Amino acid sequence: MSKFLNVLTASAVAASVLATPVMAEKLGLGRPASDDEIAAWDIDIRPDGQGLPEGSGSVMDGEDLYMDQCSVCHGVFGEAEGRWPVLAGGDGSLSDDRPVKTIGSYWPYLSTVWDYVHRAMPFGDAQSLSNDEVYAITAYLMYLNYLVEDDFVLSKENFLEVRMPNEENFFMDDRADAELVAFAKSEVCMSDCKDNVEITARAAIVDVTPEDADAREARAARLGVDVSEGDEEASATEEEGAEEAAASTTAEGAEQELDMALVAEGEKVFKRCAACHQVGEGAKDRVGPVLNGVMDAPFGHVEGFRYSKGLLDMADEGMVWTEENMAEFLKKPRGYIKRTKMSFAGLRKDEEIAAVIEYLKSFPE
Amino acid sequence: MTVSFKGKTPSRRAFLKGAAAAGGTLAGAGAAHAAGDPEITELQPWMQQLGDGVDVAPYGKPSEYEAHVQRRTVEWLTADPVSSINFTPLHELDGIITPNGLCFERHHSGTAHIDPAKHRLMINGLVDTPLVFNMADLMRFPRENHVYFLECAANSGMEWRGAQLNGCQFTHGMIHNVMYTGVKLKYLLEEAGVKTNGKWIMPEGADAAAMTRSIPMEKALDDCLVVWKMNGEALRPEQGYPLRLVVPGWEGNMWVKWLRRIEVGDEPWHHREETSKYTDLLSDGTARRFTWEMDAKSVITSPSPQAPILHGKGPTVLTGLAWSGRGTIPRVDVTIDGGKTWHEARMSGPSLDKSMHRFYFEFDWDGGELLLQSRAHDSTGYVQPTKDELREYRGTNSIYHNNGIQTWYVNKNGEAENVEVS
Repeated sequence: MSKFLNVLTASAVAASVLATPVMAEKLGLGRPASDDEIAAWDIDIRPDGQGLPEGSGSVMDGEDLYMDQCSVCHGVFGEAEGRWPVLAGGDGSLSDDRPVKTIGSYWPYLSTVWDYVHRAMPFGDAQSLSNDEVYAITAYLMYLNYLVEDDFVLSKENFLEVRMPNEENFFMDDRADAELVAFAKSEVCMSDCKDNVEITARAAIVDVTPEDADAREARAARLGVDVSEGDEEASATEEEGAEEAAASTTAEGAEQELDMALVAEGEKVFKRCAACHQVGEGAKDRVGPVLNGVMDAPFGHVEGFRYSKGLLDMADEGMVWTEENMAEFLKKPRGYIKRTKMSFAGLRKDEEIAAVIEYLKSFPE
Repeated sequence: MTVSFKGKTPSRRAFLKGAAAAGGTLAGAGAAHAAGDPEITELQPWMQQLGDGVDVAPYGKPSEYEAHVQRRTVEWLTADPVSSINFTPLHELDGIITPNGLCFERHHSGTAHIDPAKHRLMINGLVDTPLVFNMADLMRFPRENHVYFLECAANSGMEWRGAQLNGCQFTHGMIHNVMYTGVKLKYLLEEAGVKTNGKWIMPEGADAAAMTRSIPMEKALDDCLVVWKMNGEALRPEQGYPLRLVVPGWEGNMWVKWLRRIEVGDEPWHHREETSKYTDLLSDGTARRFTWEMDAKSVITSPSPQAPILHGKGPTVLTGLAWSGRGTIPRVDVTIDGGKTWHEARMSGPSLDKSMHRFYFEFDWDGGELLLQSRAHDSTGYVQPTKDELREYRGTNSIYHNNGIQTWYVNKNGEAENVEVS
């Protein structure tokens, strides 16, 4: 208690005299962290090996884990699907016009791979891998980058023997010696700085900006200016389409008689699916196919989506996403469809499965 | 192209002269005026009927006429919206403060929604006593208020190879500027007692990305803050509720959101975000690491591609933002002819360390084509370079820290486009 009063007095004096807090002594706030608490959160690894746990994993084991858990985004050979990070290749490309920065071509330290896979992967199921599994996946990523042979086993013991090819090509920020000197100007040109000015590049030609005519028109309308130009027809068609869609959704929705409480539950559970699947208005294929209308649809019903062979085989057999089939699939995806690309372990609770199915039923189209 | 007056002090006479000349273009308002503007002569609903009572919106929202003022994303930039970016609508804002709901978002595993009663901040590593704080503990430390800009190091990163995105929201919108309330990180570290070999800290997020960065102790003890308020109210979930780190003037990736742990160490950690990302690849294949400070930069927010000139020729307000990770912005120059002639812009609003600054330049537009640029000078004497000057040092592969001068081309209709000039 006396310490508390001392602190108060000290602060009061500081406030009145200096008008700025003085922390002459500790406030005694917070409490000591226990060893177990530190162990639970302090999982970081450094290039010198600090933090590396006991364990080991082989390239061979890593291949199975990678195929199941990583390849859906990063590609079978680390070449990546869509815009997910490329993990392998790019050797010698760093000074090219289009460099490919991968673990093998760019990353300076292997510890970074181990740390990151362990703390943040697989995407949407972080910290689910055991230490041995992280060693194995790290070993496989080395193999994909031609850094080791297929019989390699990575362990805590041999970890520090690995040197990454690009380690030496990083250097400390040197802007202070170069750019900051060159760009510090006591005088700048204010008039007659150029004879001629030419446009050398134009964004309109590249044309990659998302257009939003509605925002543009709303912005101008606010100032009393009409900037809509001749595209009434197009927007009218769009509106009609939207209305039709809305109408049909309502009609179907009315037929189904959904348990809305269960739908709401399912919406929460679906967050675990949302890393790969979209559903609802404007939903698009992501890592997984769009799920609008999936209930009671035949297997593989989304045109243009690259389904696994296992799923397509079942589609050929005429399988349909009935509630029973969906429930079985969601319980154990890899048990139900051989080598499915869906790297999700499954929903353990039947209530969660029922809720997600009800939620999916609420998007009939 | 005529410039009837320079920006430092707007001359009222020139403004009025311009307005008279512009009368013809503002045909709508002019005609209405002659016949009696119905907005004035006729009774409007809001002049007669009762409006909403209090509590119709217990948490207020902008006017329905401002509904289009939103953060927006560029879908093709990233694989998935859960690990993605959207952009602050700079072209719609004025002054220097970014409203909380418009501050751009960047997450690596989505927005975590954390119960503050369950949130903890641990300090461990090379300290005398590893400590755990809850939110109530943190709020008992002396607090400070500071306005700082937060800029993603990749802001303008799509523009290295040439003009690409059409709008300052997309070219420069990975930035926001808010007032933070929190405790100096120094106090928290002193509470745990940093050992003499503690030279680095590593903040870590509580989200599924568990974001980590290495920060030198000198910076940690200098001006870093651990904050829970932005612009007076609790942090938004997408900005790290309930707790985030503030690293003034340094790249946004280091401002770890959902801050749950700070480790003290004797060496940097070289984690994913400071090796594979946020390192600046130069044209010879070598790469700079630890490029923390944000260089001085500016952009004209209006006119700009999303904010064209709608009023025709005559008095025109040009405005924009400037900032530097190394101090304040005492001066901004602007040109409307692509850099042949420059004018000193008029600064307005507070000039705070490592905060956005607002500038204006009022001119009489003759209705001809314009090439608009702004050039920031910071308090260290650094002058914002052209994109080509910057490329001489960086090449075009570095992604990050592109602070080159932006050019907007304005055509005779007042429409603006992102261009580069010789």
